[in-house]
Amino acid sequence: MKPLFLLAIFVIAALLGYRVIKEVPSLLHTPLMSGTNAISGVTILGSLVSTALAGSSGSRFLGFIAVVLASINLVGGFVVTDRMLKMFRQ
Amino acid sequence: MPHIYIAVSIVLGALVLLGIRWMSSPKTAVRGNRLSALSMLAAVVLVLWYQDIINLPLLWMAIALGSLIGYIMAVRATMLQMPQMVALFNGLGGGASLLVALIEILENYAGMPLFNQVASQLALIIGGVTLSGSIIAALKLDRRIAQQPVILKGHSILANTTIALALALAITTFFTGIPMAVLLSVAIVLLALLYGVLFAIRIGGADMPITISLLNSFSGLAGAICGFTIEEPLLIAVGAIVGASGLILTQIMCQAMNRSLAHVFSGSIAQYKADPDETDPKSEAVTEETAVEVKEEETFEQILKNAQKVIVIPGYGLALAQAQEKVKELLDFWEAQGVEVKFAIHPVAGRMPGHMNVLLAEVDVPYDKLCEMDQINPEFAETDLAVVIGACDVVNPAANTVEGTPIYGMPVLNVEEARHVFIYNLDLNPGYSGVENPLYKMKHVRLCLGDAKETLGQLLKELTRIFE
Repeated sequence: MKPLFLLAIFVIAALLGYRVIKEVPSLLHTPLMSGTNAISGVTILGSLVSTALAGSSGSRFLGFIAVVLASINLVGGFVVTDRMLKMFRQ
Repeated sequence: MPHIYIAVSIVLGALVLLGIRWMSSPKTAVRGNRLSALSMLAAVVLVLWYQDIINLPLLWMAIALGSLIGYIMAVRATMLQMPQMVALFNGLGGGASLLVALIEILENYAGMPLFNQVASQLALIIGGVTLSGSIIAALKLDRRIAQQPVILKGHSILANTTIALALALAITTFFTGIPMAVLLSVAIVLLALLYGVLFAIRIGGADMPITISLLNSFSGLAGAICGFTIEEPLLIAVGAIVGASGLILTQIMCQAMNRSLAHVFSGSIAQYKADPDETDPKSEAVTEETAVEVKEEETFEQILKNAQKVIVIPGYGLALAQAQEKVKELLDFWEAQGVEVKFAIHPVAGRMPGHMNVLLAEVDVPYDKLCEMDQINPEFAETDLAVVIGACDVVNPAANTVEGTPIYGMPVLNVEEARHVFIYNLDLNPGYSGVENPLYKMKHVRLCLGDAKETLGQLLKELTRIFE
């Protein structure tokens, strides 16, 4: 049951995402890409949980690195996108 | 999983979608990006609170460190560096997914249902390929390694064996005990990293827009699959959205370059050589150039004086010459004289989708002057002057006429239909495709070779003189 539920989420999100993103004009494709790229730093959610619940110190170390990488991706991606979008003026 | 958690996850997922929706207009895009960022922040807090891990200093240290590094990188990057920046961030996201899957495997592989085991192995592979592939792409874009495709002996066989072996090992882990499965997983990571390198290293510089779009899709996919491993619905939903976004951009880029993914991955474009029987473009360069200087002085003035409508066609060469400021000066000058100026932006002008728009927006070219190819192509016929700057393949009429060349069928800007064409390129060498540009020999086309910053500066001087 659970795998089916999760797969359904995947399919629905992908379809909705596809529809919404199709509407973005090529003018904004670079910020779109860096923006969605930042969003893909969402793995930070997994990194946080895995790190906190890890039993061995080795796993915790890997988790620490995962959180650092995901935070770079998130913060860096959003800031860079913000910088770009602010430049578009009429 | 309590209902409240799922409900909040759905709301956050919807907010991210709304944020992306707002990205479809420059007026609302800044807001959209910030909404996505806030939703992500809320998601982080939600997960920390829900898992009751909100007061772990280790986590906050990691978040603070990563955020600081990310922030510094983001404010330092120039707009020209954006493609390598995005590629690098992509890779880091893939790396994070890989590590999460690895931790789950180290901690409780034996206790996982088969579904989660399969997901964790896939996350290792896709995360690993994204990590190393993106780093290679970023290095290529940053010109730290050669732009040309690097093709090893038996490259395809090597790459295929690597990925097949990784998959075979992954399947083996489902049937072996714990210490073995963990060891195999480490081997799988190494194979995935190797595959990422093999895959990215043979892709040429001009195919980078396609490559980083695809890696963007991969990083989302890696996140979603990672979400399956740890049964985190929000991670799955957002990962799927990013995966879809990357896929759309990949499609658009492939169409714009008339390349199939298979072509891109084989690095096949490097093999094309122009027909040796054809005239050497370099010897012609001299004659053409002198021709412009000697006999056409007067007409050159007249063209500039009479031009009422100008279309500028910027290519990546413009960005390499860092001549965007000069282009803006030209725009200002012409507009002050009442000349109508538009910019024709080919989808692959630059090193990532939409890159040229950002580069021109940076120097304050208003975005309503930046026109997409389909929109502007019918206008060339009624245009007095088309000014090509640092572009070759995207204005090459051979794409419409000469069968058998790599760019045949690729949609191009119909520059040759304009009454007059000025070309400001560095040299007469063909573009990345290696196909000679017949435009260079047409009668209504004038060439001005050299560094665009200087040649456009001269053009500006000429214009000032003529209009005074």
